[in-house]
Amino acid sequence: MREVLAAGTNADVIARETLFWILAVISVAAALAMILVRRAVHCAIMLAVVMLCLATMYAMQGAPFLAFVQIIVYTGAVLMLFLFVLMLIGISSGDSIVETIKGQRLAAGLAAIGFLVLLALTIGHAAIGPAAPKTAANNLDNINLTGLSTLIFTTYVFPFEVTGALLITAALGAMVLAHRERTTPKPTQRELAARRLASGQLAPDPAPGVYALHDAADRPALLPDGSPSEPSVSTVLSQRAVTEEARFVPLEDTVEVTAEGGEREIAPSGRAES
Amino acid sequence: MSPVHYVALAVILFVIGAVGVLVRRNAIVIFMCIELMLNACNLAFVAFAAMHGNLDGQVIAFFVMVVAAAEVVVGLAILMSMYRARRSASVDDANLLKY
Repeated sequence: MREVLAAGTNADVIARETLFWILAVISVAAALAMILVRRAVHCAIMLAVVMLCLATMYAMQGAPFLAFVQIIVYTGAVLMLFLFVLMLIGISSGDSIVETIKGQRLAAGLAAIGFLVLLALTIGHAAIGPAAPKTAANNLDNINLTGLSTLIFTTYVFPFEVTGALLITAALGAMVLAHRERTTPKPTQRELAARRLASGQLAPDPAPGVYALHDAADRPALLPDGSPSEPSVSTVLSQRAVTEEARFVPLEDTVEVTAEGGEREIAPSGRAES
Repeated sequence: MSPVHYVALAVILFVIGAVGVLVRRNAIVIFMCIELMLNACNLAFVAFAAMHGNLDGQVIAFFVMVVAAAEVVVGLAILMSMYRARRSASVDDANLLKY
């Protein structure tokens, strides 16, 4: 503590301590919430909170460059990638509540406590000194960027090159994994027109909500005799409603769908109708 | 603040991430927990860099970030192809190789 006091004024130290404790509480609470909430989107938001807290802590510890890289790369790029994949996979892909392996949560909790004790003991025994006093030679705040670049391009230049190779490999791997080979040739415009003529319906499907009470996308249009027109609703919507119920639907969603089911004109499945 | 506090916080976050990997079933959430563990390691690296008064720890943390970004890209691509084949992101459903 003496050394830190020597580094800055008293008010500076108090401000840093207060900020640390606030950020520590927020980040631990957000991390706990991340493993406790059911929806994957909420997990992503909680992870963003943790990452922003950590970015602030990097800035407090004399690593402004890392703080900005944390915000730009992690919170900006990696988390957006997570959210993008969540969007592709289905926003409602919550977790299943049933325990597949009996007593898995209990065992995981015990293992976590054991791991925590182990790490705490190790760190308690390790000699972690106070922060190094700031001198002209290692004033991290002023020479952070130039010092980092000097280190990266001199001492760590080989790991840096390997990192470049790794990034290229990762990009190629992602492209290969996400690529899907087309098994049938792409239909030409002539074939599409012939198919449309053969199907007997030249015009596009009716828009949802025409003459209905609401014009929401999941409301079918009403035919002249007042009956709902099924092709007016996108098949994606009805399919998603079905798969949502069959698969991992969080508890609160089940209630929502059932409560809403009464006023839906076409129910996606028998359960929503009841 | 002494680096011990930061390292203690890093340990707590790491353990929370490990519990998340063990407990959760959704593969995306498991990936997020792995990210949390990597972030905790970064925090410890930065704390040790501040303790020693040099920048090597920060350089290592920077490399960890790059590797984490590459890992996320490939992992999410694997997840996408798995979801395409099995219509599920749950790790319990990928059990074809199970005895």
